[in-house]
Amino acid sequence: MTTAPLHRLSALAVRDAVARGEVRASDVAEDVLGRIHGLDSKVRAFLRLDEDGARASAKAVDAKVAAKKPLGRLAGVTVAVKDVLCTRGVETTCASKILRGFVPPYDAHVVERLRAEDAILVGKTNLDEFAMGSSTENSAFHVTANPWDLSRVPGGSSGGSAAAIAADFAHLALGTDTGGSIRQPAALCGMTGLKPTYGRVSRYGLIAFASSLDQIGPMTGDVRDAALLLSVIAGRDARDSTSQPAPVPDYLASIEDGVKGFRLGVPREYFPESIQPAVRDRVRDAIDVYERLGAEIVDVSLPHTDYGIAAYYIVATSEASSNLARYDGVQYGIRADGARSLVEMTSRTRTQGFGPEVTRRILLGTYCLSSGYYDAYYLKGLRIRTLLRRDFDSAFAKVDAILCPTSPIPAFKIGEKVSDPLSMYLCDVFSVTANLAGIPGISIPCGFTAERLPVGLQVLGKPLGEETILRVARAYERETDWHLQRPPLD
Amino acid sequence: MIRDEEVRHIAHLARLELSEPDLARAARELGSILDYVKKLEAVDTADVEPEIHAVSISNVYRKDEPRPSLPRDEALAPAPSHDDKYFRVPKVIE
Repeated sequence: MTTAPLHRLSALAVRDAVARGEVRASDVAEDVLGRIHGLDSKVRAFLRLDEDGARASAKAVDAKVAAKKPLGRLAGVTVAVKDVLCTRGVETTCASKILRGFVPPYDAHVVERLRAEDAILVGKTNLDEFAMGSSTENSAFHVTANPWDLSRVPGGSSGGSAAAIAADFAHLALGTDTGGSIRQPAALCGMTGLKPTYGRVSRYGLIAFASSLDQIGPMTGDVRDAALLLSVIAGRDARDSTSQPAPVPDYLASIEDGVKGFRLGVPREYFPESIQPAVRDRVRDAIDVYERLGAEIVDVSLPHTDYGIAAYYIVATSEASSNLARYDGVQYGIRADGARSLVEMTSRTRTQGFGPEVTRRILLGTYCLSSGYYDAYYLKGLRIRTLLRRDFDSAFAKVDAILCPTSPIPAFKIGEKVSDPLSMYLCDVFSVTANLAGIPGISIPCGFTAERLPVGLQVLGKPLGEETILRVARAYERETDWHLQRPPLD
Repeated sequence: MIRDEEVRHIAHLARLELSEPDLARAARELGSILDYVKKLEAVDTADVEPEIHAVSISNVYRKDEPRPSLPRDEALAPAPSHDDKYFRVPKVIE
């Protein structure tokens, strides 16, 4: 029996303690909800809580334990869900005014999977509106603070989920990653975040931003919890025809097997002059750890890296302009008053409902797809995407995984980049490439800057190479204690 | 660079109403992003196929069998305006 408070335990530890009857799921839920009530006024990670739902789930778990019924793999574990994933009966807004009041009539596939494994869903976390942003400042409702320094951003767009994990407001969280939205906030909050291979996790019930790039993934306090959560949510689902039929392994099975004999690539393009020196140094230190552990470090080149951001913002905004056409004030969300025609109703609803960044991206995407510009922008972006994918194919012919920084900079000040969209976009330079190429990536904490801001190490893998990157990430985590450190919140 | 007129046209296509100051600002911001994107012109892609998806995916078929769908009242419930059968919108045809 451990003496750590219940909110501080790993998901695996909670699950095992509940299964052994040492801890009641209801006590876990109360402890976590109590912590959220005590501290979320500082962090503001959540858009809304589902306390009744959480208590009911916990009670159901306790009843199963009492009746000695079989328990799910997440029995008694609390989970926070990014508010871009549909939850039946619980308002889902994408942090947008246009979806205010939308209560989905169904659960996303991943939410169904959580419930089927007896998890306790505590609430919906804040994000940049429609997952468009790198700081969570684009939320229409409020700004979320980085628990390590409340004057700084948590990253984005899954900033609420990352902050919730860093603040111990949930044992596990779900994020989504279109261009780095799981990995970058995980890095800026000193937590673990995994973007699976495109198609590894069903997107059914994920409100779409850019359909060829979006993936749902785990955000957790350590690598083993990420493996646990991925084992639960991965797999084929007939309702998402892009979900892949490959069998889902137990990601915990080989996680402790180490990196001896592995070839790990370090791409020179991911260490440009512009990277912050503290980030570069911490990542270089981590690479040295891998060398000590018996991995062979190999210099690799991903020559088209510098074109990633430009290609990404063309492809992602083009898809977004099409996906967001559905918000017309007819089927869900708000409707502008007083319009006399359908077109006027649609235009007014969209103008009132979308925030500045979403408006900007819809305009950019519409422009890239419009007559006369389609070839020069959209098709050009897709051709660059092919080149980026080939870069990774060539590198992975030589190495088992790639090591690099997740973000070129640590957490920045709230307000610092809001007036310059392009400078915000450039935060994603090391993360968009994995989405364009469809490959998996994980960010794990690898130290701090002098100002005690977390730095993230990114491990990239081959398509469906989640087992390998989890194993590589875990090998480093075992040697270090960054993942055990928490911000001084209380 | 992008002209105000072009932004006005794009905004209309996207069903967004921009005020004159918003329009000028959007033109400035889009202009700087499009200038940045111009760097792609330096890459010769004449012989490169565009990839819509990075992962090769083929058509997925299922049997065409009737099965229960979302009940109508649940599908209508989130709408800003509806009756017992349909979504309600302003009159389209006079």
